[in-house]
Amino acid sequence: MGKDFSANDHPIARWKNVFLLALGQKKMFRNPIVAILHLCVYFGFVIINIELLEIILDGLLSTHHLFEPYLGTNYSFLINTFEILALLVLIACVIFLVRRNILKLKRFISKDLNGWPRSDANYILIAEIILMSLFLLMNACSTENNFIISKHIQPYLNDISTSNLVVIEKTAWWLHILGIYAFMNYLPYSKHLHILLAFPNAYYAPLVPKGMMHNMPAVQNEVIYAMHPELAPADATAPASFGAKDVMDLTWKNLMDAYSCTECGRCSAACPANSTGKLLSPRKIMMATRDRIEEVGKNIVLNKGFKADGKSLLNDYISVEELRACTTCNACVEECPVSISPLDIIIELRRSLIMEQSNAPQEWNGMFSNIENNFAPWKFAPDDRDAWTKQV
Amino acid sequence: MKVNTMAEMMVTGNTPEVLFWVGCAGSFDQRAQKITKAFATILDKAGVQYAILGKEEACTGDPARRAGNEFMFQMMAYQNIQILNGYSIKKIVTTCPHCFNTLKNEYPALGGHYDVIHHTQFLQELIENGKIKFTDTNEWKGKSITYHDSCYLGRANDVYVAPRKVLESLEMELVEMKRCKSKGLCCGAGGAQMFKEEENGDKRINLERADEALATQTSFVAAACPFCNTMLTDGIKNRNEEVNTEVLDIAEIIAQAIR
Repeated sequence: MGKDFSANDHPIARWKNVFLLALGQKKMFRNPIVAILHLCVYFGFVIINIELLEIILDGLLSTHHLFEPYLGTNYSFLINTFEILALLVLIACVIFLVRRNILKLKRFISKDLNGWPRSDANYILIAEIILMSLFLLMNACSTENNFIISKHIQPYLNDISTSNLVVIEKTAWWLHILGIYAFMNYLPYSKHLHILLAFPNAYYAPLVPKGMMHNMPAVQNEVIYAMHPELAPADATAPASFGAKDVMDLTWKNLMDAYSCTECGRCSAACPANSTGKLLSPRKIMMATRDRIEEVGKNIVLNKGFKADGKSLLNDYISVEELRACTTCNACVEECPVSISPLDIIIELRRSLIMEQSNAPQEWNGMFSNIENNFAPWKFAPDDRDAWTKQV
Repeated sequence: MKVNTMAEMMVTGNTPEVLFWVGCAGSFDQRAQKITKAFATILDKAGVQYAILGKEEACTGDPARRAGNEFMFQMMAYQNIQILNGYSIKKIVTTCPHCFNTLKNEYPALGGHYDVIHHTQFLQELIENGKIKFTDTNEWKGKSITYHDSCYLGRANDVYVAPRKVLESLEMELVEMKRCKSKGLCCGAGGAQMFKEEENGDKRINLERADEALATQTSFVAAACPFCNTMLTDGIKNRNEEVNTEVLDIAEIIAQAIR
């Protein structure tokens, strides 16, 4: 759907970003406590999935602790590690739920998240807590073992008969495995997709200084041909459109950004416009983009190609007032832990607004004409540009 | 003091070490002119061979581009690059982070390749090379100051150290604001906001930043951008604190201390 965009240069620098930003979660460490909690959940999620291999094989082969004989004493060490991680994940998820629902941190109670996005976040956290509890309960049922965390659950299970314990263990196994499969299928529909897309998004993150805006060679050429008509090729045609009016006009990186967003709201918390009560919220820019992509996607599937629906990202999803509030300060880009640029989308929409619709506030039109006529954004006589030199 | 233009330099067959890109604010805005004059004075006293473009300089196109008017930007960039390349300019120093960003990052794609530095970087260089010498009675020593990071210098181009080093060289007591460096809060002027009324909200951005600056309870607020300077000065005036806290550009501070 998105426009072409090439970002395959400097592979070493790009891989470095993948390791630092995605794997190392460097940006998360701007708030170290949250970073450590997040790291627990992340490593818990990844490492416990290694144990998943045994869990699945145990189920398929009707074995019990299949790897135990092969690993000997290492087995206990391994499972103990998994259990500690599971407990850490559990604790972190509880803290996250508290931050969202009891402490009500500003970026979590923002109206951006009204409805589904807020539930989505809570569902994921509750699901993680249940999955980890099931994992620990399953291990506790295995009375011949004494694993570091689950052994503390065992006393509560003493009164239960062995046959019932087997049922509980099997139930926990089934719920855990079904939970994981359900979670995997839920991922693409959830903001939680960031756990996968953070990696390619870090790889394709811009390597140039953040202040640099994308050049528009089409406009550059228009200006060159205006100055030197002899340079214009005979078959030169004017570009179809300028900037982005809809998601199809954005690059695939912009679209991947939208799917990488986990709606954490660090961008909007840092945004000078948002934090002073303006309508603009960089997080909402990303959410609106994803919503529009979903809608266009369904349209394409239904009509075997996009059928105009009289709507567009600009105006229907993102208002002019939001776009006008941006100071291009890059705070949102700086904060994003998964290398998203809301600013890029804002700029492309602004370009469409000005160059396609000539929609500018009065003062900006004045500024444009001053630059054109007086070579400065204010109405001063160009001859006075060096007037200050006479006063030194 | 004589400020030479590139045209005048050409006539006498001289090539300056560096071109001082003054910028529109620095050329026309009364407050920013003081920064321009301060920096020109420093260059002169430090014995730097420099020149300006004078009447041949024009807006880099930054506000037009950020507002979304790419045509206007490309027109201005084309004209400026013609002039700069015509004079074979190699090195540019500018007192405006917006001009700095555009000249450094955006002109190369259009055929304008220069070594561009911001005046705070140049000042740091001159101090470290011993070209700038301070008066024996360093009146700035021990005075409390906070530094406001300009977005186009800080986040946009990762220049955080140079301005602070310059202030340190005067042995000033630097107190950081709650949000500083890569977390620094915008003054509210970037992205062509300088040229329009702010959108509806609860509070003006410059007031929010002025409040943070005032919270440091320092006597001075250092800025390194003419737009930030205006926004912060207005915010501090709005709080009736202009008597206690003065907003100064780093060049103005150095100009008062230089021998």
